[in-house]
This record gives sequence, C-alpha cells and structure tokens, in this order.
Amino acid sequence: MTFKVRIIPCLDVKDGRVVKGVQFVDLIDAGDPVEAAKAYDAAGADELTFLDITASSDDRRTMFDVVTRTAEACFMPLTVGGGVRTVEDIRALLVSGADKVSINTAAVNDRAFVGRAADKFGNQCIVVAIDAKRVSAAGEADRWEIFTHGGRKPTGIDAVAYAREVVALGAGEILLTSMDRDGTKSGFDLALTRAVADAVPVPVIASGGVGTLDHFVDGVAQGGATGVLAASVFHFGTFTIGEVKRHMQAAGLPIRMDGITG
Amino acid sequence: MSVAIVDYGSGNLHSAQKAFERMARERGLNVPVLVTADPDTVRKADRIVLPGVGAFADCKAGLIGVPGMVEALTEAVRGRGRPFLGICVGMQLMAGRGLEKEISAGLGWVPGDIDLIRPSDPSLKIPHMGWNTLNVTRDHPVLAGIPTGPDGLHAYFVHSYHLTATAGDVILADADYGTRVTAMIARDTMVGTQFHPEKSQTLGLALIGNFLEWRP
Repeated sequence: MTFKVRIIPCLDVKDGRVVKGVQFVDLIDAGDPVEAAKAYDAAGADELTFLDITASSDDRRTMFDVVTRTAEACFMPLTVGGGVRTVEDIRALLVSGADKVSINTAAVNDRAFVGRAADKFGNQCIVVAIDAKRVSAAGEADRWEIFTHGGRKPTGIDAVAYAREVVALGAGEILLTSMDRDGTKSGFDLALTRAVADAVPVPVIASGGVGTLDHFVDGVAQGGATGVLAASVFHFGTFTIGEVKRHMQAAGLPIRMDGITG
Repeated sequence: MSVAIVDYGSGNLHSAQKAFERMARERGLNVPVLVTADPDTVRKADRIVLPGVGAFADCKAGLIGVPGMVEALTEAVRGRGRPFLGICVGMQLMAGRGLEKEISAGLGWVPGDIDLIRPSDPSLKIPHMGWNTLNVTRDHPVLAGIPTGPDGLHAYFVHSYHLTATAGDVILADADYGTRVTAMIARDTMVGTQFHPEKSQTLGLALIGNFLEWRP
C-alpha cells in the first residue's frame, strides 16, 4: 500500500493565539498560530488542525485572519473546528482557506446540519468531531456516549450509532476523541476507535491520550484509525513529527517520509 | 505574461493563488497570477488553471453559470493551445461525462467518465483522503525533477471519483488505492491533477513551478 497514515498536530487557538504556546522550536512568537503552523509544515506534518476555543462568537473574525495567513504560508491540508454552528460559519472558514471544517456540538443538536453542510460544500470537507466517554460498567458490553461542553454534559447518544448516522448524512471524516483518555497520556481508547472505524466507511482520526510513540502505532494497527491527532506531545517537544514517523514506519505502518531527515 | 485561475464559485482559490505566486517568484518569472471570473481575462491569459471542489455536476453548473466562460476556455485551450492545468474537479471537468449523483456532460477535452473509485479491498475508506505516491507512465515536463514511484514524494488527494474508461495514453500517473486511481492526465497542452498541488507541499510546489515554465 502506497497510501499513507496521517500524523496531525492540533493547535488550540483562543482569541487568535495558541493556548499554552508551542515550545518545540525557537519561534519568535510561540503564541502565533501561523508561526506554529509553518514550523509543523517544515517538520513534515501531514495535515494541521486548528481548534478555535474562543469563548465569544464576536471574536471569531480573528480566526478567519489566522486561517487566511496560514493558508498563504503553508501548502498542506488544514482543518478548522470550534464553534461551527451554521452553513455561513463553514463558508467563512473555507473562504478563508480551510480545506475541511469540523462540526461538533452543532451536529449533536441538529443532525440535519451535517446533511445541509455536506450538500452545500461536499462530503470531503465536512468532518464531524465526536467527543465520547465510556459509559458501560466493567463486565458489560462496551458502550460509549457522546458528551458535549468539553466532556461535562452527557447526551444519552450512543457514539457508534451516532457516527454511522452522521456519515450517512454526509460526513466525510470522523475526528474521534476519547474524553476518558484526553490529557492522560495513557493511549487512545482503542476499543472505541476500533468500534467506530469498523462502523463507518470514511476515515477515522484517533485523538485523546497519546503519551508514547507506541500509542501512535496502536491507534492505527489496533484501533483502525487512518490518522492520528495529538497536541501537547508535539507542542512541548516530547516527540518530533520525525520521531513519530520513524517509529511508526519501523513498526511496519505506511508513513509519508517526505521532508523527514536524519 | 499572466496566469489566470478561473473563479466560478467553487471553493477557496486563495491558497492556489499564493502557491502559484510563490513558485513564479522562486523560478524568477515575472507573471501576475489572477483569480478571475472574467472570460476576457481568461482568453488573454498565457496559462490557465481550472480548480474545482465539490460534486462534478455542481462544478459544471457553476462553470456554465459564468456567461462566456466555457467558450473562452475552449477557445484559449483547445483553439490556441494555451497551457492548461485542471486541479481535482477541474481536472475531472476535462472528461466527457461525470457520473456523480447524476450523469452530466463535461468539457469533453479528453475521453472518459468520472466514476466512483472501487477499491478491491472493502476496508479501504472512501473518500481517498490523504497522501499517496504516483506511478508515472511516461516522462512529462511538469514532472521534471520530481521523485515519483513507491519511494518518491507524495501528493495530497481528497476525492471519491476519478477518471475511468479513457484512452490509455491520456493517463500520465496513477496512485495505488486497492485499484489504480487516475492521479494525472496529459494531452496536448493540457495537464490535470486529481490531487491538490497547492496542498502537496514539496511535490505540489515543484509541479506548479514546472507548469509555469512549461512550453508545450
């Protein structure tokens, strides 16, 4: 297979600034998302994701400017999510230069929104982000539920059934985050990843919990993900994109090594 | 000298424009890169780029929706042999027919249909979204100096449909995705890439630079 697994750094952006900064290289401005994006582009990342966590929707224009400046400087795929509620929000991000837009809470509240978005802009640019938590007790059959509001608010919606539903409506990709694992560095929830990857015919990106190089391998080899997303391990320089790629390649996974030296 | 990127309401062209401007600069070419919906600007351009994102039928409708654009493109590319680059659905529109959602006519500049990718391995995901290498069938100036083959550079693809049922000599490169996915086509003064050169980092920028210097 010459088709490659994708390694995707994710930048949380608030009011046009990278939250906590990016510390893996000496950037003139570690809080500038465009500088960070250029550094990841040069490092060989396969794709980049911006998550806008700006609280007020009045300040979202700042994000359009960030996306525009990134698309001018980085000739790689860019996904933008966070606070996407309307077809107009999607249009504004695509016009700014995003290649894909990820929808989270708005799709939970109104599934038909996914269909409207996909009809308007094409399945290929509509990503549905799913934040899921395990709700089955030990010994029970695995079950995960969608949570919103940063993992605080349960919805009663089964994550696997929901993934099937949004893909049937037109989602071209699923960004799947385990809220149990996010920030723990204990690895992806592989059973969750596998359950969703087996349930839908579109690419699934695993997110939440990466702490070791083997975790990246497991997400693909065991979880069935076609891409792996991580934030802090890249931003803090725990691993470089090159280290992750070399490790995954050594484990036998198909990896794009363009621009990876040493 | 000018490069016209045809704007017919299909997606963001800013990134493509910046990629062409950057490569014009790097290759020492003094060419303005115009994003335009004006048929006369297209008619007068020395090189023409037709991008396209979304469904085939929608893109075709968008192109027809710009009065005089299909005529201007046909005159400049087929009549006067201006170098032409079709990108993604812009490449697909060069074909005879699109079979996505409904059967619709393309520009008919190359024979063939735009049909669903059908990988032999059912576990392969559709869309074909991500990075793949190119298997090149013959030399072409737009690929000069670009490492291809299984150990070569990668191109970024996002699509569910591709060119099939065409004449063998039209296909310039394919990609392995459980079947041979048409990745590049070439005929006369036209080339087309199913992938996005403006999103394909090193490979894409080199191809854009080569296209700007191509003298067919």
